[in-house]
Amino acid sequence: MDTKIQVKNRLTAAFSENQKPLLNIYFTAGYPALNDTLPVLRALQNACVDMVEIGMPFSDPLADGPVIQRSSEIALENGMTIKGLFEQIKDMRKEIHIPVLLMGYINPVLRYGIEKFCEDAAAVGIDGVIIPDLPVREYMEDYEEIFQKNNLSNIFLVTPHTSPERLKLIDDHATGFIYAVSTDSTTGNTKDIKQQEEYFSRLKGSKLKNPLMIGFNVRDKESFAFATNYAKGAIIGSAFVKAITGSKNLEKDIDVFIKGIR
Amino acid sequence: MNFTVDENGFYGSFGGAYIPEMLFPNVEELKDKYLKIMNEESFITEYNNLLKDYVGRPTPLYFAKRLSEHFKANIYLKREDLCHTGAHKINNTLGQILLAKRLGKRRIIAETGAGQHGVATATVCALMGFDCIVYMGEIDMERQKPNVERMKMLGATVVPATSGSKTLKDATNEAIRDWINNPSDTHYIIGSVVGPHPYPDMVARFQAIISKEVRAQLKEKTGSENPDYVIACVGGGSNAAGAFFHYLNEKDVKLVAVEAAGMGIDSGYSAATTFLGKPGVLHGSKTLLMQTADGQIVEAHSISAGLDYPGIGPIHSHLFETGRAEFLAITDKEAFKAAVLLSKLEGIIPALESSHAIASMAKLNLKPSDTVVVNLSGRGDKDLMTYITRKEEFLKD
Repeated sequence: MDTKIQVKNRLTAAFSENQKPLLNIYFTAGYPALNDTLPVLRALQNACVDMVEIGMPFSDPLADGPVIQRSSEIALENGMTIKGLFEQIKDMRKEIHIPVLLMGYINPVLRYGIEKFCEDAAAVGIDGVIIPDLPVREYMEDYEEIFQKNNLSNIFLVTPHTSPERLKLIDDHATGFIYAVSTDSTTGNTKDIKQQEEYFSRLKGSKLKNPLMIGFNVRDKESFAFATNYAKGAIIGSAFVKAITGSKNLEKDIDVFIKGIR
Repeated sequence: MNFTVDENGFYGSFGGAYIPEMLFPNVEELKDKYLKIMNEESFITEYNNLLKDYVGRPTPLYFAKRLSEHFKANIYLKREDLCHTGAHKINNTLGQILLAKRLGKRRIIAETGAGQHGVATATVCALMGFDCIVYMGEIDMERQKPNVERMKMLGATVVPATSGSKTLKDATNEAIRDWINNPSDTHYIIGSVVGPHPYPDMVARFQAIISKEVRAQLKEKTGSENPDYVIACVGGGSNAAGAFFHYLNEKDVKLVAVEAAGMGIDSGYSAATTFLGKPGVLHGSKTLLMQTADGQIVEAHSISAGLDYPGIGPIHSHLFETGRAEFLAITDKEAFKAAVLLSKLEGIIPALESSHAIASMAKLNLKPSDTVVVNLSGRGDKDLMTYITRKEEFLKD
């Protein structure tokens, strides 16, 4: 018997209400400058992005390529912490209505305390969390209940090598969406996702209960359009972080970048 | 109390496989197959033959008479420094390359700090004709130039890790990133008892040859398989895991793990993880880690590039938590002096890593009747530049 409670939040609503391909943008908290988190979030909403992932910087982000690594390094130098991030976004729901996710690695979350992290995330209006190095087994045994109690979606990754059995297990325990990593790579690689048609078609035909979002190596209009043929939406990270690096006018540069995608 | 790994890869509350999904198939394949392959007769025969004829095993268990007089105990040195390539690291790389061959992987990646694991990996890749890419922190490449040249001469590509602290931790990150980008044809030879399950257990098993030999050799020399103490240095902890392995459940054998205190435990320049660390997750396993209050990993410091890792293997965290092993910390200066002491008393120039284990004997209340085995994990050639350039600083009182 399935005893799990179905998480209903802005994220799940976004998938049920939108028919057009969804655009999810990743950016690192506290980058380019410490207090840019909320301005970037605001500019992304103004540019009509459908959802955002705020990266919680970590000293050893092993699934990330050089662009996000560097942004994390700078954010940490700027003084960004999880506590600081919650402080920066504590009133965001007064103006931000799109779904907001947190993405980061497990160690800083464990230090913060996983229960407190979930409670504080829920309190500021976070809808879901992506922790690439939190494995499904550990999540199921130790954390699933805490996530559900706080109405937080937990987003799992799948890759071209994820077996059908494992895909089913992940689908059973994911809430919100499943993050389909486009190719075997770290973030910000230049592998061509057009060669992944077979994998994307296979995923699309898998009859998953969760919607799919494709990420990694999605960087421009063309790759976004291709990916969203097979999924509800796509995620852009490194290309966006690169676009705001050195920006003199975040609002304008973010608007130009997003308009260039769709 | 159980000191070996459980079916989920945990030693008590430490261990596991905290890896991104991108690595799951590789790690799962390894987990499913490593024990089966290691127990195959053809594997055992090939491994043992190479250990004997290529590595030069068994390494001697040497009774160090003058060192014994100095510390007033019966001290035996397990001479892993006499292994081919100059350290115990070859035991593991040889095992893993044979495993990689059976898994059909022909491209090998590795991380290295002091360069000993990189050299050992480059060596076995040359032996098998496999491609070899070694990630090494930019700073470590500078301070361990001879080992960089050795790796290149053996046909390996040495790639500098330029992110973060530019040392072993970052070389490990880069190797993991390479593996994520090349999951099908590549095997990652991790050099210590760190990383996701099954690495800590697999590496410990390959290094267990050390305590297996010690037991037989000690029996022959003293009539008893069990010493009073087994002492080994701990960075990640592979030589210690090997030296302790067959003694884990021998309660009357005291296990002593020696960490690098660097410039002093509270100096801000240390690698003494059990003194400074908190539980956390790095490089795929839950273990004790040196980290900030916000969970950012801090840079470790030791005069020995092989010990400046901000964590220890999960097995050692468990041995620490349960009190099965005693953990001591030795400063750069104490280690340096111990290296000179061993050189002058026994004609053996040790690696700076192993010098930490030698120095620790001054802090144990050894009795004249005690039998002590110190794992001399590597030889000091690679540290000669440090010995030359820092002599004045460390030998003055």
